[in-house]
Amino acid sequence: MSQSFPILSLMLAIPMAGAMACLFVNAQTARWIALLATLADLVLGIILWLSFDLTPGAPEWQFVEQSRELFGRFSWALGIDGIALTLIALTVFLMPICIGASWEAIEDRVGEYMAAFLFMETLMIGVFAAQDIFLFYIFFEAGLIPMYLIIGIWGGADRIYASYKFFLYTLLGSVLMLIAMLWMTREAGSTSIPVLMAYDFPVEAQNWLWLAFFASFAVKMPMWPVHTWLPDAHVQAPTAGSVILAGVLLKMGGYGFIRFSLPMFPEASAHFAWLVFGLSMVAVVYTSLVALVQQDMKKLIAYSSVAHMAIVTVGLFAFNQQGIEGAMMVMLGHGLVSGALFLCVGVIYDRLHTREIDRYGGLAINMPKYALLFMLFTMASVGLPGTSNFVGEFLSLMGVYEASSWVALVCTTGIILGAAYMLYLYRRVVFGDLVKDDVRAMPDLSVREMLLLVPIALAVLWMGIYPESFLAPMRGNVTSLVVRMDRAKPEGDAQLAMGKPKPAAEQAEAHGAAAHGGESH
Amino acid sequence: MISIIVFGPLLAAIIAGLGNRMIGNVPAKVITTGALFLSAVLSWMTFLPFLGGHGHEVIEPVFTWIKSGTMDVSWELRVDTLTATMLIVITSVSALVHLYSWGYMDEDPDQPRFFAYLSLFTFAMLMLVTANNLLQMFFGWEGVGLASYLLIGFWFKKPSAGAAAIKAFVVNRVGDLGFMMGIFGVYLVFDTIDIPTILEAAPAMAGSTIGFLGHRFDTMTVLCLLLFLGAMGKSAQLGLHTWLPDAMEGPTPVSALIHAATMVTAGVFMVCRLSPLFEQSHVAMSVVTIVGAATCIFAATIGTCQNDIKRVIAYSTCSQLGYMFFAAGVGAYGAAMFHLLTHAFFKALLFLGAGSVIHAMHHEQDMRYYGGLRRHIPITFWTMLLGTLAITGVGIPGTYFGFAGFFSKDAILESAFAAGGHGTGAFFVGCLAALLTSFYSWRLMFLTFWSKPRWEQSEHIQHAVHDAHGHDAHAHDDHHAPAHAHDAHGHHDAHGDGTAGYHPHESPWTMLVPLVLLSVGAVFGGYAFYYSFFGVEEGVRFWAASTLYHNEHLVHAAHEVPKWVKWSPFVVMTTGLIIAWLCYIRHTDWPAKFTAQFYILYDFLLNKWYVDELYDLLFVRPAFWLGKLFWKGGDQGTIDRFGPNGSAALVVAAGRVTRALQSGYLYSYALVMLIGLAAFATWAIMPK
Repeated sequence: MSQSFPILSLMLAIPMAGAMACLFVNAQTARWIALLATLADLVLGIILWLSFDLTPGAPEWQFVEQSRELFGRFSWALGIDGIALTLIALTVFLMPICIGASWEAIEDRVGEYMAAFLFMETLMIGVFAAQDIFLFYIFFEAGLIPMYLIIGIWGGADRIYASYKFFLYTLLGSVLMLIAMLWMTREAGSTSIPVLMAYDFPVEAQNWLWLAFFASFAVKMPMWPVHTWLPDAHVQAPTAGSVILAGVLLKMGGYGFIRFSLPMFPEASAHFAWLVFGLSMVAVVYTSLVALVQQDMKKLIAYSSVAHMAIVTVGLFAFNQQGIEGAMMVMLGHGLVSGALFLCVGVIYDRLHTREIDRYGGLAINMPKYALLFMLFTMASVGLPGTSNFVGEFLSLMGVYEASSWVALVCTTGIILGAAYMLYLYRRVVFGDLVKDDVRAMPDLSVREMLLLVPIALAVLWMGIYPESFLAPMRGNVTSLVVRMDRAKPEGDAQLAMGKPKPAAEQAEAHGAAAHGGESH
Repeated sequence: MISIIVFGPLLAAIIAGLGNRMIGNVPAKVITTGALFLSAVLSWMTFLPFLGGHGHEVIEPVFTWIKSGTMDVSWELRVDTLTATMLIVITSVSALVHLYSWGYMDEDPDQPRFFAYLSLFTFAMLMLVTANNLLQMFFGWEGVGLASYLLIGFWFKKPSAGAAAIKAFVVNRVGDLGFMMGIFGVYLVFDTIDIPTILEAAPAMAGSTIGFLGHRFDTMTVLCLLLFLGAMGKSAQLGLHTWLPDAMEGPTPVSALIHAATMVTAGVFMVCRLSPLFEQSHVAMSVVTIVGAATCIFAATIGTCQNDIKRVIAYSTCSQLGYMFFAAGVGAYGAAMFHLLTHAFFKALLFLGAGSVIHAMHHEQDMRYYGGLRRHIPITFWTMLLGTLAITGVGIPGTYFGFAGFFSKDAILESAFAAGGHGTGAFFVGCLAALLTSFYSWRLMFLTFWSKPRWEQSEHIQHAVHDAHGHDAHAHDDHHAPAHAHDAHGHHDAHGDGTAGYHPHESPWTMLVPLVLLSVGAVFGGYAFYYSFFGVEEGVRFWAASTLYHNEHLVHAAHEVPKWVKWSPFVVMTTGLIIAWLCYIRHTDWPAKFTAQFYILYDFLLNKWYVDELYDLLFVRPAFWLGKLFWKGGDQGTIDRFGPNGSAALVVAAGRVTRALQSGYLYSYALVMLIGLAAFATWAIMPK
């Protein structure tokens, strides 16, 4: 059925049409159009998920749409694998929530605002669904334009500086990536991503290509030290902008690594793995400590995002199944949890119009529902087992332990520091006595706010307790990626060596067990 | 059946927690307490067959959890002797604590939340002990950590409670880092984290080496020490103990359940569960012994000088956990589990008794303001007396007359002596700690229940007396104090007797019933289970249906130790009692003289060896300092300065396109993209 009905094109078309319509109607109608369009995409996303073929031997790329060559070799080529499927699902799940979060908070130029969001949804889904490298590039880079507009028009006081920073960081990366793409398509003679993924680029060229892509993805991730645009962008963006920025846009860097860097340049990835590890280790410790001293709630969560994304990058470059699946799970989990945390900040920002942590305190008394949900998301962010983030962090760190115990140790300190800064935040906002009059006057969550947060809460628990629903679609794709990269896989540092000889039976069994751990003889 | 035991409390917690004010106090309490009593009954029904020696391992699968590559982890409920033992400890104490809380928390405005947390805790603890793989154990491990955090911070209005809650969670996370690394290592070595499979494969790994942090170590030593770091955090062993005394900020029933009877023993349970793994590494075993013995004596020394009744018991718990660890370290896992069981009963009893005292004394916790309470709250007094007799290990060596602690502590000390090596050292340290145990336990009893009342200096009591005139005393920190002692005590009562006109009342029956039931455990628990846990032949049969490594030779040797070894705990216990009696009954001026004479030592002990101050200096302050440095100096001072801001400055300096850049960067971006598109198009159209 997947070939017969262009469901991916439809998912791109609906928000696009909605965006057009929003530009020409009044505020209230625009809100409803946006909500309906995003809900329609959510329904299509669910259909997509349910009809995704999980049976062994199912085609790697499904729902493929391939037009004839439009000009030159460029064609309208869409198709998804399990990895893209989960990220599309994340996108369509978060979009209606973003619209809902902007329902009352945005009062100026509502039509344009909704149009920008819907346009962005099209582009985000496009990034994950594109099968043509040229198409990917358009979606990938164009996605930033609505984000600029959202920050620049509906953002806070310092919005110009924030978007300017983002621009500078991104510019260099995209130029380099574009040049690399041009060279690659010329070399391989195709613009099709699946073809390129299977093409073996010369090892000496790989390093340059890898670095060019890295320049773009590292900024998007963001990795230390090119992360400083993120706190500013988050602080200035309206709530829904932060949600989509943390929830989906940050995932594009990770998706890029999985789709391009790892399968297309396995040797270069192995070569530069230590660069990634090094930057990620610094990021975990550095940004966690910075998060500890923040006074601005959004900045704190932004810095925590950098630390979490570092767990993603180490997992990706662990070169094994656990690492990559873990990285994917962190991306999905972080998308939900940091999105929810930004919504939580938005809830109280809407009431008191400040993000300064010390202005709050004692919210558990007058906002018990809020306190409960905020606690859940805090714990998920800390990586408590039973929540989404734990599964990802655990797998990711487990994967990287196989590559290097040092990297695993340094990155695992993130669980201590993460607990420190998140609980410290929670304590200052929610615990304590209710002494400030304006804080005391804040009402608990409204029905609309509950409708935004509760679905995320349920998703977070679902991912934590039964992550199989999310791991199953990506398993086959990750396996083939691991197989593809296997030829370049670096040796781990464990090198288990058996001791004195044992009775034969035991020995054989022990060997079998130790084989995958970089057995040395 | 095991599903009902485990998931019943979870369901109750969800109903009480989410229902909260909608369903009201009484239904929330009935549901949670009911679920716990049901679990307790079923747990005893599970345990008794094991006690009879005809229980067998059961593993009940629930559903898949995480599958990735060769790692396949499921939610499973495992029942064997070890689990069954923990089941009765957890559910019995938890059920009694639930009941006790009806009385203790009677005046609290937030009762459904409290009971929901208690039940949630019980669920997590049950998940921990029924785990069949390391990851589910870790789930329970973190779950109890969460519940502990929530309950310590239950009175979240108090700043000290919030701080203590964070401290408990973060310090535990340091241990969890070890636990997680241990799990990673186990998976790397064994290719599975399924507990029975690991334990079976462990002997084959003896002597193998592994690279870790750039060096090569013995595989088993690395794995065991990493896992043990987790155990140290959860069980508040030396170095990671600092959170436990602060955890006393939580309501007293919480201290009894979580910080005495169950959660803090999780580390001991973990070492026993993985005992065949630990048996493969002498180094790890030595470390466990030394850390256990060191904690045992360290915490006991601090316990002698504390004035807060709950803190004395907290340090006592820490010290008793040390006993359990060095028992495990010398290979006497049966003795460790035995002490875990008896300790759960008598320590929960002591904590709940202390709670009853605090309840009667209007939330005054300082023992210096107690005194003479035995006539006012007789049932509390008698039950606490039994608890004290149990913890100090009163009993006659060579006979079956003795309280619970007598059997279990002596089993540990005898095993330590019999094991030799580090065990001999642990034996002497353990004896000295037993002396201190006896001293601080009796000190607590004498200060609280004997001599004359000293209440008039207590602010809490003054508040209470004041309250009788209808003033609102609820401005005070601890205003969750049950207030029913207020009525009818005029301050015109005879002053000068130290009571300030205040007459403590005995607690309600909901609080007394748990005390009485736990006393039964404290009195008979030792004799009843001695042979199963520590018998030579019965022990083998009892532990057969579990993964516990039962060292028959050691147990046999422990029963055959010389007479003086058997008598030494008795001698030190009596000595401690006599010293306490001399200091706090006979010559009450001695403690003051002593502290004046040895003020340096006293200050050192009173301030808990200055460990908190040291950690503050070493970790907390540098973390904030570095955070500020990285933020201001790193992000803003270096990266931004030379990065985006620097290039902006460059552009400005060049005096070109400044205006365009400020307002038109979006367009320049779009322009770059357009150029890219044009390049693509050109290339695409061009035939190759």
